[in-house]
Amino acid sequence: MAEGSYVRIEGLKRYFDVSPPWLVRVLEGKPRQIVQAVDGIDIEIAKGETFSLVGESGCGKSTVARLVVGLYPPTAGRIEFDGNDIATRRGQGAHSALRRRLQMIFQDPFASLNPRWRVFDIIAEPIRAFGLSKDKADLEKQVGDLLRQVRLTPADGAKYPHEFSGGQRQRISIARALASRPEFLVCDEPTSALDVSVQAQILNLMMDLQRRLRLTYLFISHNLAVVYHISTRVGVMYLGRLVEEAPTDTLFRRPKHPYTRMLLDTIPDLDMTGRQRAPVAGEVPSPLNPPSGCSFHPRCPFANERCTVERPKALPIEGGSVACHAIEEGRLAIEDRSYAARG
Amino acid sequence: MAGGTSFSRWLHRASDSDVWWSFRSSSLTIAAAVVTALILILSFLSPLLAPHTPFDPSTLSLSDGLKPPAWMPDGDWAFPLGTDDQGRDVLSAIMYGTRLSLVVGMASVFVSMLIGITLGLVSGYVGGVTDAVIMRIADVQLTFPAILVALLIDGVVRGLISVQRHDEIALFVIIGAIGLSFWVQYARTIRGSVMVEKNKEYVQAARVIGLSPVLIMVRHVLPNVTGPILVIATINLGLAVISEATLSFLGVGLPSTQPSLGTLIRLGNELLQSGEWWITLFPSITLAALVLAVNLLGDWLRDALNPKLR
Amino acid sequence: MAGNVPLLEVKNLRVEFPTRRGTLLAVDDVSFEIAPGEVLGVVGESGAGKSLTGNAIIGLLEPPGRIAGGEVRLEGQRIDNLPYEAMRKVRGARIGAIFQDPLTSLNPLYSVSRQLVETIQTHLPLSAREARARALDLLKQVGIPGAEQRIDHYPHQFSGGMRQRVVIALALCAGPRLIVADEPTTALDVSIQAQIIALLKKLCRENGTAVMLVTHDMGVIAETADRVAVMYAGRIAEIGPVRDVIKNARHPYTRGLMGSIPSLGVRTERLTQIDGSMPRLTEIPAGCAFNPRCTSRGERCLVERPDLMAAGASRAACWLHDARGVGTPVPLAREAAHG
Repeated sequence: MAEGSYVRIEGLKRYFDVSPPWLVRVLEGKPRQIVQAVDGIDIEIAKGETFSLVGESGCGKSTVARLVVGLYPPTAGRIEFDGNDIATRRGQGAHSALRRRLQMIFQDPFASLNPRWRVFDIIAEPIRAFGLSKDKADLEKQVGDLLRQVRLTPADGAKYPHEFSGGQRQRISIARALASRPEFLVCDEPTSALDVSVQAQILNLMMDLQRRLRLTYLFISHNLAVVYHISTRVGVMYLGRLVEEAPTDTLFRRPKHPYTRMLLDTIPDLDMTGRQRAPVAGEVPSPLNPPSGCSFHPRCPFANERCTVERPKALPIEGGSVACHAIEEGRLAIEDRSYAARG
Repeated sequence: MAGGTSFSRWLHRASDSDVWWSFRSSSLTIAAAVVTALILILSFLSPLLAPHTPFDPSTLSLSDGLKPPAWMPDGDWAFPLGTDDQGRDVLSAIMYGTRLSLVVGMASVFVSMLIGITLGLVSGYVGGVTDAVIMRIADVQLTFPAILVALLIDGVVRGLISVQRHDEIALFVIIGAIGLSFWVQYARTIRGSVMVEKNKEYVQAARVIGLSPVLIMVRHVLPNVTGPILVIATINLGLAVISEATLSFLGVGLPSTQPSLGTLIRLGNELLQSGEWWITLFPSITLAALVLAVNLLGDWLRDALNPKLR
Repeated sequence: MAGNVPLLEVKNLRVEFPTRRGTLLAVDDVSFEIAPGEVLGVVGESGAGKSLTGNAIIGLLEPPGRIAGGEVRLEGQRIDNLPYEAMRKVRGARIGAIFQDPLTSLNPLYSVSRQLVETIQTHLPLSAREARARALDLLKQVGIPGAEQRIDHYPHQFSGGMRQRVVIALALCAGPRLIVADEPTTALDVSIQAQIIALLKKLCRENGTAVMLVTHDMGVIAETADRVAVMYAGRIAEIGPVRDVIKNARHPYTRGLMGSIPSLGVRTERLTQIDGSMPRLTEIPAGCAFNPRCTSRGERCLVERPDLMAAGASRAACWLHDARGVGTPVPLAREAAHG
């Protein structure tokens, strides 16, 4: 497995203009309003690994997913895939070859499949679009194999999406994503809309497929326990910025950024260990009006003067990085955490 | 997946469906469907079923003129609903006339749908300035009553070409005029649905694959937004037939050589003063019955296809 | 839990939906009790019938759904057969409700103060001024900062978490003995979820209010509940003290469910997986509803339907805990119903 960057994201920014219409602005004197959905992200993903982005609503993780896959153009920054710049798009040809290698799995199993198309056609579409099959018989064989790979049967191809349950539809989504034989999959909360037992089936499937097909995942989620289970590395986002990034074990056992610590404290204690958890304060501010300096400072028990004016830079530490003045200044100690049951 | 079995499967599913069940349980709707079917059959098969050929001058005889309906004194069962001043059998005239009215109605609905769906699709999917422009045009058009729009278009065409040419292409002009006056409702409804669908993830998935916007619009979005179309088209049919009748009644529709129901009503109207009431009454009843039946069907369809009411 | 008259008693509750294809049984013979001041969690996956059970108790079943059998008793008095007006008085005054979506739970056209005061005055004989003072006090209790000013704001001026706090205040304002909360935190961010759960727990403990907490989220149950009932296909599969059910589940479904949830203590290669999915209402199997997915099933499970029976500190509807056992084991087919 090659080390270093297979997917590299540098200084990625995406701003949305949500200003009121021009006429309203002129007549009522309202200002322009820009949402800085993604405000400078740096990520490196190695081949074969699963990099997870976690955060709460409004943190920008879904926007990052859509930027990587090309659904929005970035406002600034670079996205490199296997050495190729995919941020500046347009044009068929070489770009189409790159598109084939990177696909997406969506969150909503009910909206991500066209209700009027048969499953066969849904899965065959990427194969047809990229010209990956020789003839009809070959196409049918490929679709049949894909269905079997996600533990459905080739006969399911004749049915419509509404005839399947949520978990099965997510499998169909996965089969469609795999149809173009990609190497890199962006997964936007693929199990958030599923029941817990179905989630387990899908996660197991995704991990099997990763091993067998040597896939690389960018996994977006708000569920920390799921992220703990499947990730190699984890990045924590808050209001469009990456506050901390580290290998999974390091992030969970030695969290550094105060927001990371707070998030980990919200994970329910299902092992009934009775572990101590700090109470959580405040709410995520509106992305229209983010706090100055470090955007977390209003909720941070360790904030000082500097935090209200200066935006912290990412500091490399213990195999990852963290953007926090308190850590940099040595004011905040890093401790080990254990989640195991006591006695 | 052979044709035969999938059709029979569809048939089985359709006969078991909620829509069919709601149809069966409403006697009003069944009555409306029967009336519509009857009118459709009688009018489209008029060359076979009509007792006379009222628009072939060689078969007419003035001595048959102005006979009252058969059940009255002086009536003749050869002409069940009476004749007009030229000796034309009213019943046959109604049958042929209805056929023409329906042809105009259906064709103009088709034209409206074509224009409306295309503009609605483009407007909703592309958005931005294109959407704004199309919608403003639609708004402006809505401020005019449909009849005025049709009159306007018809008038313009008449002004441009000779009377003789006009008679030949009158049918197409009328269809075009009525079609152009009713596209807005389709466009608006489709646009709304398209705006909802384009944010759904299956459309995003198609964009990720890199398909062109036109392909996405036609193959992915269009099949999902056509639901309300059938309802609008059905009610629109009634409106189109009335519009054509109005235009013909006013004398600016189809020429007398190709009379539709509206023309018949106008011709009969002129004779109303002298007491020959049957020439205008029966076409009027037919027109009213047709439009009423079609509207009732449209109402039922809208309720049957609305998942929230079930 | 025993000894006193239970606050809420549900006995053999059945909820059905008549459709033109026949009658569907969505809640099938469900019985449980809630003691005063206790928090009972009702957990289950989609389609298990837990929300319907909650709705049936509050009397908000949407037609054509209806209660087809059994009884619901609040403080000894039957409430499932009350006429609309009488039930309306019970709702609010004696049972409070919290639903999932705070945006639709509050009327967007009325200010928060008006909604609170209106509810308070409907159920308590207070003057407008007294009602407003009580409303203000409640808003402070639920932790709304700047309550004096914000009481006159409209729902859209509050964030999601704040709105849910207002909803909690609304549910508590008439001093009910029982609150039925249906997925109260599902629509909120994780950090807000934790705050809301803590708030609910604190207030109910202080006021001695019992809670029936309906959710699919086992984590929320672990934090909040005293006892938990696990529902499957319209029936209760297991019910018992929360610690026991979570750490030492007695029903194979509960065990599978707990194993599916990734935990932070141990990192396993594969999560426990229950193949297949919950049966639809039209396809509930004979015998034990879970048998097509159960790795411990036997002959008896295919034909006889188990009732809740003693299993350690809890009760489970499973023949494994019966003296006669499950009979000859019937292993699952290789390619079992793929889910």
